[in-house]
Amino acid sequence: MNKVVAGADAAVQDIPSGATLMLGGFGLCGIPENCIAALVKKGVNNLTCISNNAGVDDFGIGLMLQQKQVKKMISSYVGENAEFERQLLSGELEVELIPQGTLATRCMASGYGMPAVFLLAGVGTEVAEGKEVREFNGKKYLLEHAFDSDFAIVKAWKGDRLGNLVFKDTARNFNPMMAMAGKITIAEVEELVEPGELDPNYIHVPGIYVHRIFQGSNYEKRIEQRTVRKRNP
Amino acid sequence: MGLNKEQIAQRIARELRDGFYVNLGIGIPTLVANYIPQGVNVILQSENGLLGMGPFPWEGEEDPDLINAGKQTITTLPGSVFFDSAMSFGMIRAGKVDLTVLGAMEVADNGDIANWKIPGKMVKGMGGAMDLVAAAKNIIVAMQHTNPKGESKLLPKCTLPLTGVGCVKKVVSDLGVFDVTPEGFVCIEHAPGVTIEEIKAKTAGRLTIAADVKEMSF
Repeated sequence: MNKVVAGADAAVQDIPSGATLMLGGFGLCGIPENCIAALVKKGVNNLTCISNNAGVDDFGIGLMLQQKQVKKMISSYVGENAEFERQLLSGELEVELIPQGTLATRCMASGYGMPAVFLLAGVGTEVAEGKEVREFNGKKYLLEHAFDSDFAIVKAWKGDRLGNLVFKDTARNFNPMMAMAGKITIAEVEELVEPGELDPNYIHVPGIYVHRIFQGSNYEKRIEQRTVRKRNP
Repeated sequence: MGLNKEQIAQRIARELRDGFYVNLGIGIPTLVANYIPQGVNVILQSENGLLGMGPFPWEGEEDPDLINAGKQTITTLPGSVFFDSAMSFGMIRAGKVDLTVLGAMEVADNGDIANWKIPGKMVKGMGGAMDLVAAAKNIIVAMQHTNPKGESKLLPKCTLPLTGVGCVKKVVSDLGVFDVTPEGFVCIEHAPGVTIEEIKAKTAGRLTIAADVKEMSF
C-alpha cells in the first residue's frame, strides 16, 4: 500500500470544476497551502468550498477567490477578505454562514457515518429557518445534515506512507474531521515519514481515512494577528 | 462617567471562581484574563482547539501554529491540551465550559442576545458565538450601555438578528452590573459617579433596581 503522490499538482490533478471541497484550517493556521496553490495553477472553477474561513485577500482561499474559482463558500466567519466582500455584494459569490460548532460537527458526522445530528446552536435564530426542530428533555434542537464533499484537503504536521496523520498545536482545528469526511482525502504534511516512525498512541487521524499524501514545501505559515509581549531592553 | 473597558473587564473578572473553565470572546472579554483575582485558578478555553491558553509570546517566539480564536499568537501553559474543532464544540455543547464572556450589540430583558449581524451591512459570520451562547451554563455580556447615538442597547426586545435566545445571565456595562431575571434587568451595582436616574434613563428594557444596590469600587 502506498498513498504517496509526487506533490500537490499530482494530488489535485483529478479535481474537476464544480467539485465540492473541504479545506482544513482556522484562519490561516493549518491551511493546505500547497494544494491551494496547485488548485489556483490548475484553474478549476465553480467550486463549492467548505472551510471555516475564506482566507485573506492574498493568501489561503483568498488566492482562489482572486481567480474567481469559487462559486460558493460554506463558512462560519469570513471577515478578513475584501475581495470576498466585493464578490458577495456583486452577487458573483454565494455564501452560507453556519455556526462554527455546527460546521465542525457536520464534518464529524460525515466521518463517523452519521447522516445527521441534532444541535442546539442557532435555535430561535435565522439559522433555524427551514430546519426540522425536535425537542429532547424539554430543549429544542435543530436537525443538521452531515456534509457531502467530493474531496477533503487537509494539512498535517507529520504523516506516513499509509496516511496516518499527526497535527501540531492549534493547526489541528478542522483538519482531522475534514480528513475523515472526504470521499477522497488529500493530506499535505510538513514531514513525511516511514510507517513505524509515528507512535501509534499519538496518531490523530488513522490512515484509513486518507487516500493521498505528500510532503509539502515552502510553507509560509502567515500570521494574521501577531501579538507579543515586549522584552525589557 | 461610567467604567472604561479595562474596568468592565476588571469587574467581570470578580465573577470568576477557582476551577472554572472559561471562554473569553474577542474585545473587552479578552481583557478579563488580565484581572483574574489572586488565588483563583481558571483554565481558558479557546474554541479553535486549546484548553489552558497562556499569555502572548515573547517577541520573536511567536509560532504561527499556535493561535487563539481571535487569530492572535499565544502560548500554552503547563497542563495545556490541544484538540480538534469538533471536540472543542463538543465540550462547549455538553456544558463543560463554566462561563462564557462575550460582547453584544443588543441584549433583551429576557436574555436574548444579538451580536453577529447588522442588516444592510457586510455580514462576517457568527463564528462560534451561536454555539457558545446556546450551550454555556453561564453567559456574561460585556458591552457599552448605549450606542454612539446614546440609544439604549439593553432593550425590551432585540431589533437585530438574534445570536441566541434567553441565554444571557448577566450584563456588565459601563454604567453598572445587571442580572437578567424573569422580571427583566435587575441593577445590582452602579458604576462610581453614575446615578440610578441615568441608568433608568438609558435602559429601554424592563428594569428594577435591587434594594441593596451598591456602588462598585476598584
